[in-house]
Amino acid sequence: MPSLKDLKNRIESVKNTRKITKAMQMVAAAKLRRAQDAAEASRPYTERFNAVLGGLAASVGGSDSAPKLLSGTGSDQTHLLVVMTAERGLCGGFNSNIAKLARLKAEELKAAGKTVKVLTVGKKGRDAIKRDLGDDFIGHVDLTEVKRVGYDNAQDIARDVLARFDADEFDVATIFFAKFVNVVTQVPTAQQIIPASFEGSEEEGTSTLYDYEPSEEAILADLLPRGVATQIFAALLENGASEQGARMSAMDNATRNAGDMIDKLTIQYNRSRQAVITSELIEIISGAEAL
Amino acid sequence: MAQTMQFDLVSPERSLASLQAIAVQIPGADGDLTAMPDHAPTITTLRPGVLTVQGDKGSESYAVTGGFADINAQGTSVLAEKAIPVADLTAEDMDSLIAIAKEAVETAAADNKDVAAKNLADLETLRTTLNV
Repeated sequence: MPSLKDLKNRIESVKNTRKITKAMQMVAAAKLRRAQDAAEASRPYTERFNAVLGGLAASVGGSDSAPKLLSGTGSDQTHLLVVMTAERGLCGGFNSNIAKLARLKAEELKAAGKTVKVLTVGKKGRDAIKRDLGDDFIGHVDLTEVKRVGYDNAQDIARDVLARFDADEFDVATIFFAKFVNVVTQVPTAQQIIPASFEGSEEEGTSTLYDYEPSEEAILADLLPRGVATQIFAALLENGASEQGARMSAMDNATRNAGDMIDKLTIQYNRSRQAVITSELIEIISGAEAL
Repeated sequence: MAQTMQFDLVSPERSLASLQAIAVQIPGADGDLTAMPDHAPTITTLRPGVLTVQGDKGSESYAVTGGFADINAQGTSVLAEKAIPVADLTAEDMDSLIAIAKEAVETAAADNKDVAAKNLADLETLRTTLNV
């Protein structure tokens, strides 16, 4: 049975924890709003970009002269997995869910006899898959210092990926990130970025007959690398919103649990205090009776 | 009242302009062009340069780099990787862009060298034109 003082200290410490988790929850809520705004603001660009690129890809795609970024290298032996996670923990299952998806995919590919290479973005994901895939790491992008993810960050990652592609280091690239559905739901997603694939965007581009300047092929060759950066950027923003959402609900849970714990401890504290008073009274009474 | 068309200028991070425009001067990769209402549908890539949009309430200029313009019956949209209103453009912005372009020239593979070098030259011309 802990002493009254111990209990009191314990309650005090849980109260402090609750204050911290509450504050973290509110910070996450504020950051979430900003992250969602950023994702919202980038949407027009991404949508139009993909519509135009999809139209172009549909008309040029079949020919032999199609760029490698679109048609692939002709093999799918080496896979690059770009695993994008957060730089910080305390956000529920966010990081581990992405890591788990990436690990499963890597195992599947390895079982099929493919070579797997891993590029990590974000410290937490790196730590989570180090044990299983540590030997396959080829690089890491650190965003610890970045307060607000910008297009420049995405461009840096894209440049790195494209340089490796040009050097024939891999045939297929897939990015892993969490799609933001709402505050409690984030879906870990795998998306193939090289060779580029466009879903459902083809109908729009073909409805108008365009003049192309310089030529269709030249535009496609210019836009495809930018498309990689755009997709990475969209994924980073999506991830940012998901991270804050996950942290918010994790901290909300923590706050509620701390509250429950305080209630329980308080009851225990009151009971022991009552027990002490009762036993003191018994002592006094029995002392008086003995006289 | 002059005929107008919908004009949008978006960068990945935000939408910079969305308005009714009378004419838009676009720095296309093959040379400048001016899009006006009922222009033939065209898609052109951009080179670093100044984009000027003439609206009902005067004209505005933006420094743009990389991306493309999509001119069609609904209007004109310009998707630029970087778009900064000329008034807000600072020497540092220019410096960092040129530094990146220089690096690209150095690291570019032989067959891409010309493209990278042209990009750098365009940026330097842009700098001289705007005098920042």
